[in-house]
Amino acid sequence: MKPAPFKYIAPSTLKEALDIMTRHGYDAKLLAGGQSLIPVMNFRLAQPAIIVDLNKVTELNQFRKTERGGLRIGPMVRHSQLEHSQTVAEFAPLVHETMPHIAHPQIRNRGTIGGSLAHADPAAELPVIMVALQARFRLQSADGERWVNAEDFYQALFTTALEPEEIIVEIAIPPMPRHAGYAFTEIARRHGDFAQVGAAALIKLDESGYCRQARLVFLNVGEIPMVADQAAALMIGQLPSSDLIAETAMNAAQNEIEPAGDIHATTDYKRHLAYVLGKRAIQQAAARAREARGL
Amino acid sequence: MNKHAIQLTINGTQTKAEVEARLLLSDFLRHDLGLTGTHVGCEHGVCGACTILFDGDPVRSCLMFAVQADGHAIQTVEALGTPENLHPIQAAFHEAHGLQCGFCTPGFLMTLVPFLEQNPNPTEEEIRAAISGNLCRCTGYQHIVDAVKIAATNYTNDTN
Repeated sequence: MKPAPFKYIAPSTLKEALDIMTRHGYDAKLLAGGQSLIPVMNFRLAQPAIIVDLNKVTELNQFRKTERGGLRIGPMVRHSQLEHSQTVAEFAPLVHETMPHIAHPQIRNRGTIGGSLAHADPAAELPVIMVALQARFRLQSADGERWVNAEDFYQALFTTALEPEEIIVEIAIPPMPRHAGYAFTEIARRHGDFAQVGAAALIKLDESGYCRQARLVFLNVGEIPMVADQAAALMIGQLPSSDLIAETAMNAAQNEIEPAGDIHATTDYKRHLAYVLGKRAIQQAAARAREARGL
Repeated sequence: MNKHAIQLTINGTQTKAEVEARLLLSDFLRHDLGLTGTHVGCEHGVCGACTILFDGDPVRSCLMFAVQADGHAIQTVEALGTPENLHPIQAAFHEAHGLQCGFCTPGFLMTLVPFLEQNPNPTEEEIRAAISGNLCRCTGYQHIVDAVKIAATNYTNDTN
Protein backbone atom coordinates (compact mmCIF):
# COMPACT_ATOMS: atom_id res chain seq x y z
CA MET A 1 0.00 0.00 0.00
CA LYS A 2 2.69 2.50 -0.98
CA PRO A 3 2.60 4.62 -4.11
CA ALA A 4 4.97 3.84 -6.96
CA PRO A 5 7.83 6.34 -7.41
CA PHE A 6 7.08 9.55 -9.29
CA LYS A 7 8.67 12.91 -10.01
CA TYR A 8 7.19 15.67 -7.86
CA ILE A 9 6.82 19.26 -9.04
CA ALA A 10 5.15 21.96 -6.96
CA PRO A 11 4.73 25.15 -8.99
CA SER A 12 3.90 28.34 -7.12
CA THR A 13 2.10 30.16 -9.92
CA LEU A 14 -0.61 29.16 -12.39
CA LYS A 15 1.65 30.15 -15.30
CA GLU A 16 4.33 27.74 -14.12
CA ALA A 17 1.74 25.00 -13.68
CA LEU A 18 0.38 25.54 -17.20
CA ASP A 19 3.91 25.44 -18.69
CA ILE A 20 4.57 22.15 -16.91
CA MET A 21 1.29 20.70 -18.21
CA THR A 22 2.17 21.80 -21.76
CA ARG A 23 5.41 19.85 -21.54
CA HIS A 24 4.25 16.85 -19.50
CA GLY A 25 0.44 16.79 -19.74
CA TYR A 26 0.20 13.19 -20.92
CA ASP A 27 2.51 11.84 -18.19
CA ALA A 28 1.51 14.19 -15.41
CA LYS A 29 -1.34 14.12 -12.97
CA LEU A 30 -2.51 17.24 -11.15
CA LEU A 31 -2.60 16.85 -7.36
CA ALA A 32 -5.30 19.00 -5.76
CA GLY A 33 -6.66 17.77 -2.41
CA GLY A 34 -5.49 14.24 -3.11
CA GLN A 35 -8.42 12.61 -1.33
CA SER A 36 -9.23 10.45 -4.36
CA LEU A 37 -5.89 10.47 -6.19
CA ILE A 38 -3.69 9.39 -3.27
CA PRO A 39 -5.88 6.37 -2.37
CA VAL A 40 -5.68 5.10 -5.95
CA MET A 41 -1.93 5.73 -5.91
CA ASN A 42 -1.64 3.84 -2.61
CA PHE A 43 -3.46 0.92 -4.25
CA ARG A 44 -1.20 1.42 -7.32
CA LEU A 45 -4.31 1.64 -9.48
CA ALA A 46 -2.72 4.89 -10.68
CA GLN A 47 1.02 5.24 -11.19
CA PRO A 48 1.55 8.68 -12.69
CA ALA A 49 5.14 9.43 -13.77
CA ILE A 50 4.85 13.05 -12.65
CA ILE A 51 2.77 14.68 -9.93
CA VAL A 52 2.11 18.40 -10.32
CA ASP A 53 1.02 19.63 -6.90
CA LEU A 54 -1.25 22.70 -7.11
CA ASN A 55 -1.32 23.33 -3.36
CA LYS A 56 1.19 26.17 -3.54
CA VAL A 57 -0.69 27.99 -6.31
CA THR A 58 -2.48 30.40 -4.00
CA GLU A 59 -4.19 32.27 -6.85
CA LEU A 60 -6.42 29.19 -7.30
CA ASN A 61 -7.74 28.97 -3.74
CA GLN A 62 -9.97 32.05 -3.61
CA PHE A 63 -13.69 32.44 -4.11
CA ARG A 64 -15.99 35.45 -4.35
CA LYS A 65 -19.55 36.53 -4.97
CA THR A 66 -20.22 38.32 -8.25
CA GLU A 67 -22.19 41.56 -8.47
CA ARG A 68 -25.21 39.67 -9.77
CA GLY A 69 -25.12 37.18 -6.91
CA GLY A 70 -23.36 34.27 -8.56
CA LEU A 71 -20.17 32.68 -7.28
CA ARG A 72 -16.70 32.40 -8.80
CA ILE A 73 -14.75 29.63 -7.13
CA GLY A 74 -11.09 28.74 -7.57
CA PRO A 75 -10.45 25.01 -8.04
CA MET A 76 -8.23 24.72 -4.95
CA VAL A 77 -10.93 25.97 -2.58
CA ARG A 78 -11.41 23.22 -0.01
CA HIS A 79 -14.79 21.68 0.77
CA SER A 80 -14.65 22.91 4.37
CA GLN A 81 -14.15 26.52 3.18
CA LEU A 82 -17.38 26.34 1.19
CA GLU A 83 -19.16 24.39 3.95
CA HIS A 84 -18.53 27.12 6.53
CA SER A 85 -18.95 30.18 4.30
CA GLN A 86 -21.88 32.50 5.01
CA THR A 87 -21.66 33.79 1.44
CA VAL A 88 -22.11 30.28 0.04
CA ALA A 89 -24.99 29.59 2.45
CA GLU A 90 -26.74 32.76 1.29
CA PHE A 91 -26.03 32.78 -2.43
CA ALA A 92 -25.54 29.10 -3.29
CA PRO A 93 -27.77 27.36 -0.73
CA LEU A 94 -27.82 24.12 -2.73
CA VAL A 95 -24.02 23.93 -2.45
CA HIS A 96 -24.22 24.70 1.26
CA GLU A 97 -26.82 22.01 1.85
CA THR A 98 -24.80 19.42 -0.03
CA MET A 99 -21.40 19.94 1.63
CA PRO A 100 -22.02 17.84 4.80
CA HIS A 101 -22.86 14.86 2.56
CA ILE A 102 -19.33 14.87 1.10
CA ALA A 103 -17.28 12.24 2.92
CA HIS A 104 -16.10 13.15 6.44
CA PRO A 105 -14.84 16.32 8.14
CA GLN A 106 -11.17 15.31 7.79
CA ILE A 107 -11.62 14.70 4.06
CA ARG A 108 -13.47 18.00 3.61
CA ASN A 109 -10.56 19.82 5.25
CA ARG A 110 -8.29 18.68 2.46
CA GLY A 111 -10.45 17.86 -0.59
CA THR A 112 -11.00 20.58 -3.19
CA ILE A 113 -13.88 21.49 -5.48
CA GLY A 114 -11.70 21.43 -8.61
CA GLY A 115 -10.28 18.04 -7.73
CA SER A 116 -13.71 16.54 -7.19
CA LEU A 117 -15.08 18.03 -10.42
CA ALA A 118 -12.14 16.86 -12.53
CA HIS A 119 -12.07 13.39 -10.97
CA ALA A 120 -15.64 12.87 -12.23
CA ASP A 121 -16.66 10.07 -9.92
CA PRO A 122 -20.29 9.23 -10.74
CA ALA A 123 -20.99 8.84 -7.01
CA ALA A 124 -19.59 12.29 -6.13
CA GLU A 125 -21.93 15.08 -5.08
CA LEU A 126 -20.29 18.18 -6.56
CA PRO A 127 -20.48 17.22 -10.26
CA VAL A 128 -24.23 16.62 -9.84
CA ILE A 129 -24.70 19.93 -8.04
CA MET A 130 -22.75 21.85 -10.70
CA VAL A 131 -24.80 20.24 -13.47
CA ALA A 132 -28.03 21.00 -11.59
CA LEU A 133 -27.00 24.65 -11.13
CA GLN A 134 -25.83 24.93 -14.76
CA ALA A 135 -22.40 26.06 -13.65
CA ARG A 136 -19.59 26.65 -16.13
CA PHE A 137 -15.93 25.74 -15.82
CA ARG A 138 -13.04 27.84 -17.16
CA LEU A 139 -10.38 25.53 -18.56
CA GLN A 140 -6.98 27.03 -19.21
CA SER A 141 -3.87 25.86 -21.00
CA ALA A 142 -0.70 27.73 -21.96
CA ASP A 143 -2.42 28.40 -25.31
CA GLY A 144 -5.54 30.06 -23.94
CA GLU A 145 -8.78 29.39 -22.19
CA ARG A 146 -12.29 28.16 -22.88
CA TRP A 147 -15.53 27.88 -20.95
CA VAL A 148 -17.38 24.58 -20.80
CA ASN A 149 -20.84 23.98 -19.35
CA ALA A 150 -20.81 21.51 -16.46
CA GLU A 151 -23.32 19.40 -18.39
CA ASP A 152 -20.95 19.11 -21.38
CA PHE A 153 -17.88 18.60 -19.20
CA TYR A 154 -18.91 15.09 -18.13
CA GLN A 155 -18.53 12.63 -21.00
CA ALA A 156 -18.25 9.11 -19.60
CA LEU A 157 -17.09 7.22 -16.53
CA PHE A 158 -14.22 9.25 -15.00
CA THR A 159 -13.92 11.00 -18.37
CA THR A 160 -14.28 14.74 -18.90
CA ALA A 161 -13.71 17.39 -21.55
CA LEU A 162 -10.46 18.40 -19.83
CA GLU A 163 -7.47 18.03 -22.19
CA PRO A 164 -4.19 16.68 -20.75
CA GLU A 165 -2.54 20.11 -20.80
CA GLU A 166 -5.54 21.96 -19.34
CA ILE A 167 -6.37 22.95 -15.76
CA ILE A 168 -9.79 23.93 -14.38
CA VAL A 169 -8.98 27.44 -13.18
CA GLU A 170 -12.44 28.71 -12.22
CA ILE A 171 -15.93 27.46 -11.49
CA ALA A 172 -18.74 29.93 -12.21
CA ILE A 173 -22.08 29.31 -10.53
CA PRO A 174 -24.85 31.54 -11.91
CA PRO A 175 -27.04 33.49 -9.47
CA MET A 176 -29.87 31.43 -8.00
CA PRO A 177 -33.01 32.27 -10.00
CA ARG A 178 -35.33 34.44 -7.93
CA HIS A 179 -38.22 32.61 -6.26
CA ALA A 180 -36.56 29.25 -6.81
CA GLY A 181 -36.50 26.34 -4.41
CA TYR A 182 -33.71 23.78 -4.18
CA ALA A 183 -33.01 20.42 -2.53
CA PHE A 184 -30.40 17.69 -2.38
CA THR A 185 -30.92 14.29 -0.86
CA GLU A 186 -29.03 11.00 -0.97
CA ILE A 187 -28.98 7.52 0.53
CA ALA A 188 -25.70 6.01 1.75
CA ARG A 189 -25.27 2.87 3.82
CA ARG A 190 -23.40 4.95 6.40
CA HIS A 191 -23.21 8.73 6.52
CA GLY A 192 -20.12 9.86 4.60
CA ASP A 193 -19.89 6.75 2.45
CA PHE A 194 -20.38 7.08 -1.26
CA ALA A 195 -24.12 7.37 -1.86
CA GLN A 196 -26.03 4.58 -3.55
CA VAL A 197 -28.28 7.15 -5.21
CA GLY A 198 -28.79 10.89 -4.78
CA ALA A 199 -30.97 13.57 -6.33
CA ALA A 200 -30.78 17.35 -6.71
CA ALA A 201 -33.78 19.45 -7.69
CA LEU A 202 -34.40 23.11 -8.55
CA ILE A 203 -37.96 24.39 -8.95
CA LYS A 204 -39.09 27.89 -9.87
CA LEU A 205 -42.73 28.87 -9.51
CA ASP A 206 -44.64 31.84 -10.93
CA GLU A 207 -46.66 34.21 -8.73
CA SER A 208 -49.66 31.86 -8.77
CA GLY A 209 -47.62 28.79 -7.84
CA TYR A 210 -47.37 27.22 -11.32
CA CYS A 211 -44.05 25.67 -12.19
CA ARG A 212 -41.93 27.81 -14.47
CA GLN A 213 -38.60 25.93 -14.35
CA ALA A 214 -37.75 22.46 -13.14
CA ARG A 215 -34.43 20.66 -13.03
CA LEU A 216 -33.73 17.21 -11.68
CA VAL A 217 -30.27 15.58 -11.67
CA PHE A 218 -29.29 12.19 -10.24
CA LEU A 219 -26.11 10.85 -8.68
CA ASN A 220 -24.64 7.37 -9.16
CA VAL A 221 -27.29 6.04 -11.55
CA GLY A 222 -25.17 6.30 -14.68
CA GLU A 223 -21.60 7.01 -15.74
CA ILE A 224 -22.05 10.76 -15.35
CA PRO A 225 -24.52 13.07 -13.56
CA MET A 226 -27.88 12.04 -15.06
CA VAL A 227 -30.12 14.95 -16.07
CA ALA A 228 -33.84 14.14 -16.21
CA ASP A 229 -34.97 16.99 -18.45
CA GLN A 230 -37.83 15.15 -20.13
CA ALA A 231 -39.40 14.16 -16.84
CA ALA A 232 -38.83 17.65 -15.41
CA ALA A 233 -40.64 19.12 -18.45
CA LEU A 234 -43.85 17.41 -17.24
CA MET A 235 -43.94 19.95 -14.42
CA ILE A 236 -43.75 23.10 -16.53
CA GLY A 237 -46.97 25.13 -16.44
CA GLN A 238 -48.47 22.86 -13.80
CA LEU A 239 -49.17 23.16 -10.09
CA PRO A 240 -46.63 20.91 -8.31
CA SER A 241 -49.16 18.51 -6.77
CA SER A 242 -48.07 15.32 -5.01
CA ASP A 243 -49.40 13.27 -7.91
CA LEU A 244 -47.51 15.28 -10.49
CA ILE A 245 -44.29 15.11 -8.47
CA ALA A 246 -44.63 11.34 -8.12
CA GLU A 247 -45.32 11.00 -11.85
CA THR A 248 -42.27 13.13 -12.68
CA ALA A 249 -39.97 11.15 -10.39
CA MET A 250 -41.32 7.83 -11.71
CA ASN A 251 -40.81 8.96 -15.28
CA ALA A 252 -37.23 10.02 -14.55
CA ALA A 253 -36.43 6.79 -12.72
CA GLN A 254 -37.81 4.66 -15.56
CA ASN A 255 -36.53 6.53 -18.59
CA GLU A 256 -33.66 8.86 -17.87
CA ILE A 257 -31.19 6.95 -15.72
CA GLU A 258 -28.93 3.97 -16.43
CA PRO A 259 -28.09 2.48 -13.05
CA ALA A 260 -25.56 -0.34 -12.88
CA GLY A 261 -26.23 -2.84 -10.13
CA ASP A 262 -23.51 -3.61 -7.61
CA ILE A 263 -23.03 -5.75 -4.51
CA HIS A 264 -25.06 -3.30 -2.39
CA ALA A 265 -27.90 -2.44 -4.75
CA THR A 266 -29.46 -4.06 -7.79
CA THR A 267 -30.48 -2.06 -10.83
CA ASP A 268 -34.14 -2.31 -9.82
CA TYR A 269 -33.42 -1.17 -6.29
CA LYS A 270 -31.48 1.82 -7.59
CA ARG A 271 -34.41 2.75 -9.84
CA HIS A 272 -36.66 2.53 -6.81
CA LEU A 273 -34.29 4.75 -4.81
CA ALA A 274 -34.12 7.23 -7.69
CA TYR A 275 -37.93 7.41 -7.72
CA VAL A 276 -38.17 7.93 -3.95
CA LEU A 277 -35.28 10.42 -3.74
CA GLY A 278 -36.37 12.26 -6.89
CA LYS A 279 -39.83 12.67 -5.37
CA ARG A 280 -38.42 13.92 -2.06
CA ALA A 281 -36.04 16.35 -3.75
CA ILE A 282 -38.76 17.88 -5.94
CA GLN A 283 -41.20 18.05 -3.02
CA GLN A 284 -38.72 19.92 -0.87
CA ALA A 285 -37.60 22.20 -3.70
CA ALA A 286 -41.25 23.01 -4.53
CA ALA A 287 -42.03 23.72 -0.88
CA ARG A 288 -39.07 26.10 -0.68
CA ALA A 289 -40.11 27.75 -3.95
CA ARG A 290 -43.61 28.33 -2.54
CA GLU A 291 -42.05 29.83 0.55
CA ALA A 292 -39.84 32.10 -1.59
CA ARG A 293 -43.02 33.30 -3.34
CA GLY A 294 -44.87 33.72 -0.05
CA LEU A 295 -47.50 31.21 -1.20
CA MET B 1 15.40 8.62 -6.48
CA ASN B 2 15.53 12.37 -5.88
CA LYS B 3 14.96 13.53 -2.37
CA HIS B 4 13.25 16.75 -1.42
CA ALA B 5 14.40 18.93 1.45
CA ILE B 6 11.52 19.92 3.70
CA GLN B 7 11.24 22.10 6.76
CA LEU B 8 8.20 21.93 9.00
CA THR B 9 7.02 22.37 12.57
CA ILE B 10 6.09 19.18 14.35
CA ASN B 11 4.48 19.43 17.76
CA GLY B 12 6.02 22.87 18.13
CA THR B 13 9.54 21.87 17.10
CA GLN B 14 11.16 23.05 13.87
CA THR B 15 12.23 19.96 11.92
CA LYS B 16 14.25 19.50 8.74
CA ALA B 17 14.27 16.33 6.68
CA GLU B 18 14.95 14.91 3.24
CA VAL B 19 12.14 12.81 1.85
CA GLU B 20 11.35 10.83 -1.25
CA ALA B 21 8.31 12.32 -3.02
CA ARG B 22 6.21 9.19 -2.64
CA LEU B 23 6.70 8.95 1.14
CA LEU B 24 3.30 9.27 2.82
CA LEU B 25 3.10 11.77 5.65
CA SER B 26 1.90 8.98 7.97
CA ASP B 27 5.01 6.90 7.23
CA PHE B 28 7.27 9.94 7.58
CA LEU B 29 5.89 10.59 11.06
CA ARG B 30 6.20 6.98 12.16
CA HIS B 31 9.34 5.70 10.42
CA ASP B 32 11.50 8.79 9.97
CA LEU B 33 10.57 10.65 13.15
CA GLY B 34 9.57 7.73 15.38
CA LEU B 35 6.24 9.36 16.24
CA THR B 36 4.38 6.07 16.34
CA GLY B 37 1.36 7.50 18.13
CA THR B 38 -0.09 8.17 14.68
CA HIS B 39 -1.55 4.83 13.65
CA VAL B 40 -1.90 3.48 10.14
CA GLY B 41 -5.07 1.51 9.52
CA CYS B 42 -6.44 1.35 6.00
CA GLU B 43 -4.10 3.64 4.05
CA HIS B 44 -6.90 4.81 1.80
CA GLY B 45 -8.64 7.43 3.87
CA VAL B 46 -11.49 5.38 5.30
CA CYS B 47 -10.59 4.50 8.90
CA GLY B 48 -9.29 7.80 10.34
CA ALA B 49 -6.63 6.16 12.57
CA CYS B 50 -3.91 8.35 11.03
CA THR B 51 -5.71 11.66 11.65
CA ILE B 52 -3.32 14.50 12.57
CA LEU B 53 -3.67 18.28 12.70
CA PHE B 54 -2.35 20.03 9.61
CA ASP B 55 -2.15 23.77 10.31
CA GLY B 56 -4.72 23.11 13.03
CA ASP B 57 -7.22 21.14 10.94
CA PRO B 58 -7.73 17.38 11.24
CA VAL B 59 -6.68 15.56 8.05
CA ARG B 60 -5.73 12.02 7.04
CA SER B 61 -1.94 11.74 7.11
CA CYS B 62 -2.12 8.69 4.82
CA LEU B 63 -3.64 10.88 2.11
CA MET B 64 -0.80 13.38 1.97
CA PHE B 65 2.80 13.15 0.93
CA ALA B 66 5.42 14.23 3.45
CA VAL B 67 6.85 16.64 0.87
CA GLN B 68 3.52 18.52 0.96
CA ALA B 69 4.05 19.35 4.63
CA ASP B 70 6.97 21.63 3.74
CA GLY B 71 6.39 24.98 5.46
CA HIS B 72 3.41 23.75 7.48
CA ALA B 73 2.72 22.95 11.14
CA ILE B 74 1.73 19.45 12.21
CA GLN B 75 0.44 18.16 15.50
CA THR B 76 0.27 14.50 16.38
CA VAL B 77 -1.17 12.73 19.41
CA GLU B 78 2.26 13.11 21.07
CA ALA B 79 1.42 16.82 21.40
CA LEU B 80 -1.40 16.08 23.84
CA GLY B 81 -0.83 14.89 27.42
CA THR B 82 1.68 12.61 29.12
CA PRO B 83 0.79 9.48 31.15
CA GLU B 84 1.15 11.54 34.33
CA ASN B 85 -0.67 14.53 32.99
CA LEU B 86 -3.36 13.53 30.51
CA HIS B 87 -4.96 16.05 28.17
CA PRO B 88 -8.60 16.62 29.28
CA ILE B 89 -9.81 14.63 26.28
CA GLN B 90 -7.50 11.74 27.08
CA ALA B 91 -8.64 11.85 30.70
CA ALA B 92 -12.25 11.71 29.55
CA PHE B 93 -11.56 8.69 27.31
CA HIS B 94 -9.93 7.02 30.32
CA GLU B 95 -12.87 7.83 32.58
CA ALA B 96 -15.62 6.75 30.17
CA HIS B 97 -13.79 3.65 28.90
CA GLY B 98 -13.67 5.23 25.45
CA LEU B 99 -11.04 2.78 24.26
CA GLN B 100 -10.32 -0.91 24.41
CA CYS B 101 -7.45 -1.89 22.12
CA GLY B 102 -6.57 1.76 21.53
CA PHE B 103 -5.70 1.44 17.86
CA CYS B 104 -8.21 4.03 16.68
CA THR B 105 -7.79 6.33 19.69
CA PRO B 106 -5.10 8.74 18.40
CA GLY B 107 -7.25 9.46 15.35
CA PHE B 108 -10.32 10.10 17.49
CA LEU B 109 -8.35 12.37 19.82
CA MET B 110 -6.85 14.45 17.01
CA THR B 111 -10.30 14.80 15.42
CA LEU B 112 -11.88 15.84 18.71
CA VAL B 113 -9.34 18.38 20.00
CA PRO B 114 -10.16 21.08 17.41
CA PHE B 115 -13.82 20.04 17.39
CA LEU B 116 -14.21 20.77 21.11
CA GLU B 117 -12.21 23.98 20.83
CA GLN B 118 -14.59 25.24 18.15
CA ASN B 119 -17.69 23.69 19.66
CA PRO B 120 -17.34 23.44 23.46
CA ASN B 121 -21.00 22.53 23.99
CA PRO B 122 -21.82 19.99 21.30
CA THR B 123 -25.07 18.08 21.02
CA GLU B 124 -24.92 14.31 20.72
CA GLU B 125 -25.80 14.63 17.03
CA GLU B 126 -22.89 17.04 16.49
CA ILE B 127 -20.52 14.69 18.32
CA ARG B 128 -21.59 11.77 16.14
CA ALA B 129 -21.17 13.85 12.98
CA ALA B 130 -17.70 14.96 14.15
CA ILE B 131 -16.47 11.40 14.67
CA SER B 132 -18.19 9.99 11.58
CA GLY B 133 -14.83 9.75 9.82
CA ASN B 134 -13.20 7.59 12.48
CA LEU B 135 -13.79 3.86 12.78
CA CYS B 136 -13.54 1.92 16.05
CA ARG B 137 -13.80 -1.86 15.84
CA CYS B 138 -13.90 -2.85 19.50
CA THR B 139 -15.57 -0.73 22.16
CA GLY B 140 -18.17 0.70 19.85
CA TYR B 141 -19.05 4.33 19.79
CA GLN B 142 -21.29 4.83 22.82
CA HIS B 143 -18.40 5.12 25.28
CA ILE B 144 -16.54 7.39 22.91
CA VAL B 145 -19.56 9.69 22.68
CA ASP B 146 -19.80 9.58 26.50
CA ALA B 147 -16.12 10.55 26.70
CA VAL B 148 -16.67 13.55 24.45
CA LYS B 149 -19.56 14.68 26.66
CA ILE B 150 -17.36 14.42 29.77
CA ALA B 151 -14.54 16.26 28.01
CA ALA B 152 -16.96 18.97 26.91
CA THR B 153 -18.17 19.45 30.48
CA ASN B 154 -14.57 19.64 31.73
CA TYR B 155 -13.63 22.08 28.96
CA THR B 156 -16.58 24.31 29.81
CA ASN B 157 -15.81 24.19 33.53
CA ASP B 158 -12.16 25.04 32.84
CA THR B 159 -13.14 28.03 30.75
CA ASN B 160 -15.56 29.25 33.40
